[in-house]
Amino acid sequence: MTTLTDPPKEQFRLSMLLYDTRYRSATIQVIAMLCFMLLAAWLINNTAQNLAALGKPIDFGFFSEPASYDINQRLLEYTSRDTHLRAALMGLLNTLVVAVLGCITATIIGVFVGVLRLSSNWLVARIMTVYVEMFRNVPVLLWIVLAMAIMIESLPAPRAFRGEDPTATMKLFDSVAITNRGVYVPEFLFSRSLGNIHLFGDSSLRFDISLDLMAVLVVLALSIFAMRKVAAKAAATQEATGDRPKIWYIQLGLLFVPMAILLTVLGCHFGYPELKGFNFKGGTYMRNSLIALWLALSLYTAAFIAEIVRAGILAISKGQTEAASALGIRPGKTMRLVILPQALRVIIPPMISNYLNLTKNSSLAIAVGYMDITGTMGGITMNQTGRELECVLLLMLAYLIISLSISAVMNWYNNSVKLVER
Amino acid sequence: MSDVSFVRTEMLPEKAPPASEVGVIGWARHNLFSGWFNSALTIVSIAAIYYVLSGVFPWVFQSVWNADSLGECREIMKATWGSTHGHACWGVINDRWEQLLFGFYPSELYWRPIVSLILLLAALSPILFADRVSPKMLILTTAYPFLMVFLMWGGTIWGPLSAAFGFVIAYLIIKYATEAVGELFAMIAGVAVAVIWWLLLSGPIVEALSSAMPIGIEAVASRKFGGFMLAILLGVVAIGVSLPIGIVLALGRQSDLLIVKALCVGFIEFIRGVPLITLLFVASLLLNIFLPPGTNFDIILRVMIMMTLFSAAYMAEVIRGGLAALPRGQYEGADSLGLDYWQAQRLIIMPQALKISIPGIVSTFIGIFKDTTLVSIIGLFDVIGLASAIRADTAWNGIYWELFAFIAFLFFIVCFSMSRYSMYLERKLQTGHH
Amino acid sequence: MNKSVVFGALTVAGLAASAAAAGTMDDVKARGTLNCGVTTGLVGFAAPDANGEWNGFDVSVCRAVAAAVLGDASAVTFVPTTGKTRFTALASGEIDLLARNTTWTFSRDVDLKFTFVGVNYYDGQGFMVPKELGVSSAKDLDGATVCIQTGTTTELNLADFFRTNNISYEPVPIETNAEAQQQYLAGACDVYTTDASGLAATRASFEDPAGHALLPEIISKEPLGPLVRHGDNEWGDVVRWTLNAIITAEELGVTSANVAEIASSTDNPEIKRLLGSEGTLGEMLGLDAEWAKRAIMAGGNYGEIFAKNIGEETPIGLARGLNAQWTEGGLLYSPPFR
Repeated sequence: MTTLTDPPKEQFRLSMLLYDTRYRSATIQVIAMLCFMLLAAWLINNTAQNLAALGKPIDFGFFSEPASYDINQRLLEYTSRDTHLRAALMGLLNTLVVAVLGCITATIIGVFVGVLRLSSNWLVARIMTVYVEMFRNVPVLLWIVLAMAIMIESLPAPRAFRGEDPTATMKLFDSVAITNRGVYVPEFLFSRSLGNIHLFGDSSLRFDISLDLMAVLVVLALSIFAMRKVAAKAAATQEATGDRPKIWYIQLGLLFVPMAILLTVLGCHFGYPELKGFNFKGGTYMRNSLIALWLALSLYTAAFIAEIVRAGILAISKGQTEAASALGIRPGKTMRLVILPQALRVIIPPMISNYLNLTKNSSLAIAVGYMDITGTMGGITMNQTGRELECVLLLMLAYLIISLSISAVMNWYNNSVKLVER
Repeated sequence: MSDVSFVRTEMLPEKAPPASEVGVIGWARHNLFSGWFNSALTIVSIAAIYYVLSGVFPWVFQSVWNADSLGECREIMKATWGSTHGHACWGVINDRWEQLLFGFYPSELYWRPIVSLILLLAALSPILFADRVSPKMLILTTAYPFLMVFLMWGGTIWGPLSAAFGFVIAYLIIKYATEAVGELFAMIAGVAVAVIWWLLLSGPIVEALSSAMPIGIEAVASRKFGGFMLAILLGVVAIGVSLPIGIVLALGRQSDLLIVKALCVGFIEFIRGVPLITLLFVASLLLNIFLPPGTNFDIILRVMIMMTLFSAAYMAEVIRGGLAALPRGQYEGADSLGLDYWQAQRLIIMPQALKISIPGIVSTFIGIFKDTTLVSIIGLFDVIGLASAIRADTAWNGIYWELFAFIAFLFFIVCFSMSRYSMYLERKLQTGHH
Repeated sequence: MNKSVVFGALTVAGLAASAAAAGTMDDVKARGTLNCGVTTGLVGFAAPDANGEWNGFDVSVCRAVAAAVLGDASAVTFVPTTGKTRFTALASGEIDLLARNTTWTFSRDVDLKFTFVGVNYYDGQGFMVPKELGVSSAKDLDGATVCIQTGTTTELNLADFFRTNNISYEPVPIETNAEAQQQYLAGACDVYTTDASGLAATRASFEDPAGHALLPEIISKEPLGPLVRHGDNEWGDVVRWTLNAIITAEELGVTSANVAEIASSTDNPEIKRLLGSEGTLGEMLGLDAEWAKRAIMAGGNYGEIFAKNIGEETPIGLARGLNAQWTEGGLLYSPPFR
């Protein structure tokens, strides 16, 4: 009689860590982790030793010292007596301003150029190709420098506006002054202002919220909400009766009447720029450094976006266009309502990386003296305090956070576009 | 009456199409004036072109080529045209073009970077024009990195040779030890022996050899590198070195090993999330702090390290795209042949994935190449840095547009031809897949 | 592990030998060249010419030190540095000496741990305006747009000046002098402020120098001088006394032309000590007896260097002013060679 025995229980041997696929991956991972930790430990150890030798231990205390330098473009209140931290905050805001402005205009120009590159007009298509190739194949640093130089050289200086017979005049009924120091446009002023709410007391993060702006935004939001209600009601009527009631005048009224009432109550009027002393005073002032950087970044990035848009449009099958024209839709509308929405799915992923590139390229602001975060924290602050390690690490962290936020937002948007797909 | 026919029996001779439909006029009607909107666009475009060209042309062509200083330029302009505005002073390019191209590289040794560049093209030809160039050229491709280092930096020939020898050792060990101890072990052993060779043995051996047999050419310190040559060198080194790193990172990012994947993703996203200028700040300000006390790299070498890390992250993403574009069947086919992971990668996956990735790699190269201009911000003398230095010379103080126009022209030529090549390749690859 | 072995394979690829913390002078002698940090280009002070040769006022200090230590004024590797990288380069040992018109301040000396070995140029921050603006004092500049060169102490002085005088201004920070010059000439800023020497040099390069005025206010003290790392006093002494030697040479009338002849013919004991024909000053420094003679022969004495690079005969056309010898009413006052 034979007895069946279980196969002998497999003993764990050390070599199984390498040759048994069950354990091998764990082994490799442990080794990788160990290597990484060793590397990190080595770097940290070196850094500690070097810093000790230099006598500069890591210390962020300098951030609460007064910065002692001025920043020309400041979105919040700032003087040279404020701390380095607040100066860095001003820089961060300036980075965000140029990044947001740049992304918006780059998208608009890019879509426009991308569509025009496919234009049936030979000359226009060629010009757009020349534009795209010119901008894509020359470094962005050069474009930034050139944009600034062109602005400075070709626009009139404020002193050209002075005197009996000035060589330059203000545009648009004397309300806009375009100079080589920047552009001055009228600003909104409120004679019966509601005042500000001041937050965070005296700290470096303090800021004011304008109640006037808040009121305007609230009224605008309410108006839009009411307009949508009216539109929904009209749609319901159309569903029920087949007749769409005329609502455009109600909508216009809803949009403008409350706003007009609010602005009158607040005593809204324009503040015009005026030439006083060395410069124009009053009005909103966009500095030449901002304009040059904004222009160069948007034109440069737009060249890349144009290519993406063109590829996206070409990816949509010809049948879509033909079907649209069979339905009697005009070419312009076909592009807007049929092609672009579909192309969007192909376009958005590479667009994200272009937005990221634009934001990162904004760090070249230093070339035109725009005080972004690289110019404040990574520039003057670093120079004056000699705290390279702290400043560079924080600078990288700031950009990393901005980049990750942009990716997160754009990925969320990408997913929401994808959901429409069937 | 029967001969009266109401129907024409013979064909009418063909008439030439109306003049408005053929030739230049027809073409213009179709392509430029096919509607009122198109006509308006055309007229606006022509006006814009005229405006730009009428400004640029006189400046470029009514210019001064022979002058030794800006002052002399201005005098010649005043004498010739009566004013100094609207005329370029190319004298500065005439005077300094060698410096703009080669930096401070000794002028009697200019042949070395030129030969390096020609050899680079030759070494790349079997990859870039795979269908036309014999694969035997791949030997040159393998030897090129060492050859380039030798040519550019000069010095003793034993240094590059011993560095190459390390690779040979690793290769031999992997090849012959695989049967004995298995692939993974052989690979680890090969790499370990090579590292030991480079770190411990090669230094003294090179010293001994070069004192015994001093074969070499004049050494050039990397301080002297500059100008457009520096941009090309930085770009080539960054892309060349980052290719293997990028492959490893891309494979790591695709792998099932959680920790390996996390490390790779962390590295890639970190590098892609920060601007290059901050990495260059690290190179110029912090890298010495991160390395053991007393180590002191040349700034150009430090910049090369950071640019390599930078391009490795982008390269990894390009190669990941290539891997993702490969049909699933290729992986399954490799599995069904019983190939293990590394064999499958080496023999089936990578050759195809890399081929698909070439256009992406070329555009990464163009990007890196343009980004090398940023090194001027940390004080290196690339073309833009040199332009500032030239303007600081008393003779050329005050000159502006000419230098930037020249630099932009150089970059445009190189980048444009590369992007055209990449487009040609894309078209070729596309037909290959249909 | 020994670092030079670790990176042995890389040495061929341009890896500089490690700069040990011990003796900079030994390192320099072993290397055979002096690593000297200069600007990336400032008219008259340091700029490379068409052959890649560096020239300028600051460059001459490097050359004098190289001549004194190595006996060869051309044995200098010039390392261009920016306002940002200069201190790190010095602290990390990448350069042995920084001669990059750097202002001697308390915090740079004490906090950043550098030793300023002396002053080779007494400067101060000034303002330049177009004459057509009709401004005669910096206090009239309320509301003006001011171009500043960043990365220096300039922006701090400026902020302090306008703050204490309670007037407003619009700063335009600019990276390089060339850019600032362009903006100023195009009228994108009303005023250009930087060190007075820089202003004079910039004005000299204009097509119409007479149309621009330097305002009388000098709002800061800017003693510019070469500096070395803290903690290596021997090396600091070598650089300090090389600088003093070329200043003293001018005071004593020793020039590059007559130095060889005067060394043997003179009876003046101080010249004898300076040029090594008497006493053992060179030995005390760890150099040979003729160190100062070579330093003077390299580019001449202070006056010659000044006249050749930035003096009134050059396009830059700076007057000696504060930088005259103390005997002529200036501030140059070298300690005695004794």
